[in-house]
Amino acid sequence: MTKVLGLKCKECGEVYEAEGIHVCDLCFGPLEVALDYDYIKSIISREKIESGPISLWRYVDLLPVNSGWDADVRVGFTPLQHAPRLGAAIGLKNLYVKNDAVNPTYSFKDRPVAIAVTKARELGHTVFACASTGNLASAVAAAGMKAGLETYVFLPADVEAGKITNAAVYGANLIAVNGTYDQLNRLCSEIADEEDWAFCNINVRPYYAEGSKTLAYETVEQLGWRAPEHVVVPIASGALYTKIAHGFREMVDVGLISSQSVRISGAQAEGCGPVAAAFAGGEQSFEPVRQPDTIAKSLAIGNPADGNYSLEVARQTNGVIQSVTDAETVEGIKLLACTEGIFTEAAGGVTIATLQKLATSSVIGEDEVTVAYVTGNGLKTQEAVDGHVSVTVTIDPTIGSFEDAMESRQQTDLAWSASHASTG
Amino acid sequence: MPTIRIPSQLRSLVDGQRKMEVTGSTIRAILDELDAKHPGIKNRVLDEKGEPSAFVGVYIDGEDIRFLGGLDAEVPEGAEVSIVPAAAGG
Repeated sequence: MTKVLGLKCKECGEVYEAEGIHVCDLCFGPLEVALDYDYIKSIISREKIESGPISLWRYVDLLPVNSGWDADVRVGFTPLQHAPRLGAAIGLKNLYVKNDAVNPTYSFKDRPVAIAVTKARELGHTVFACASTGNLASAVAAAGMKAGLETYVFLPADVEAGKITNAAVYGANLIAVNGTYDQLNRLCSEIADEEDWAFCNINVRPYYAEGSKTLAYETVEQLGWRAPEHVVVPIASGALYTKIAHGFREMVDVGLISSQSVRISGAQAEGCGPVAAAFAGGEQSFEPVRQPDTIAKSLAIGNPADGNYSLEVARQTNGVIQSVTDAETVEGIKLLACTEGIFTEAAGGVTIATLQKLATSSVIGEDEVTVAYVTGNGLKTQEAVDGHVSVTVTIDPTIGSFEDAMESRQQTDLAWSASHASTG
Repeated sequence: MPTIRIPSQLRSLVDGQRKMEVTGSTIRAILDELDAKHPGIKNRVLDEKGEPSAFVGVYIDGEDIRFLGGLDAEVPEGAEVSIVPAAAGG
């Protein structure tokens, strides 16, 4: 018996062997891993998972790799943090934040890459590669180099400095491309067609994408084996968004929980919100954005591969896909930091700002058990908050200077209180 | 003369060729020309309405034809047209 049945076309249903291919030869539809849920149901249990590794490998029965993964790198099983202070600020009583900024390279991308690098080795590839908006570059560089594979990462030349440094430090081949993510993604698709490389988000994409399901599994386990009622997930390509939905369904398919009806809402930036725009317009398919313009560069995919599937998921689950401005994104970053002590990258700001919009417009009910997915670390995108945060005051190393500063601070506070009191 | 890059999924239809020279001056003309010589190509690239399938990207010198007027986009002399599966990235 084996847990993987093969690869299946999401459009026409054609079935293929589980090899390094990502699109259907007949219709170009995307291929997805088909698992044998009856078999998995017979070998999986809550107890088995709970006694497994403290990483995403505790769910290996639901992942499309045989064995041979790198257990030393602790990817996943990140904190699901109860967020009462953020909840109070935006009017939600049962809010949690899934803090995926604490993975080995500080974003959720370590999850799909853990699966992709394991699968790449199983398939016999010696070169590991990706097209990245920034976060994936670091995850692939770290995992590829640690696995001893020749590693190539392609990313737009204009991504944040922190992401370049983060990706470059591992010593992989880092190729900056003068163009948008969509242009370099197209370039990488053409390279993948000519070279026998494991491009984790191209020819190995069906396996890679499965890694993101673990965010749903962990959420269910960490809530005490129950599904949340509403989640808010950032949308770039839509792979994370659709795979989180898939993960919640699988928890039921393999009998780990008896039912779920999670509402799955999505977050995009206004400067690159093709899926949010299509959702708002009631469209079945999105119009691509030629030139994304947002501080949330990790979400700057104008031609999202899973955009139309994301629209389907939102409508099927009674979710909403919403976009927010750059200014709202910055406020989202600050709000999460000052209420819950988590510093997230710009994409996380988009998620929190969207969460806030959905809460204040009562799309999310105040009692709904809600989880916001924070997928990357704030130190990666310091440019996003430049000029919006600073030191409170600079003093000399004397008690006098300190006392003067505190006094003037107090007067400022008094003046502020007085002005608010007088205006009611 | 423009050239067109054929993705691996379509190469069985064109005797394994990766790149071909074509004469058409629009994407529509090029697809008609290819389909006349190698029947079946058009059906794989276009959907039932005759528009480019959502699962295929068609590019002229790297620019998506959806930003250039779709199938009627003009293909300059010497340009490179590529057909690329859309299910990638993220």
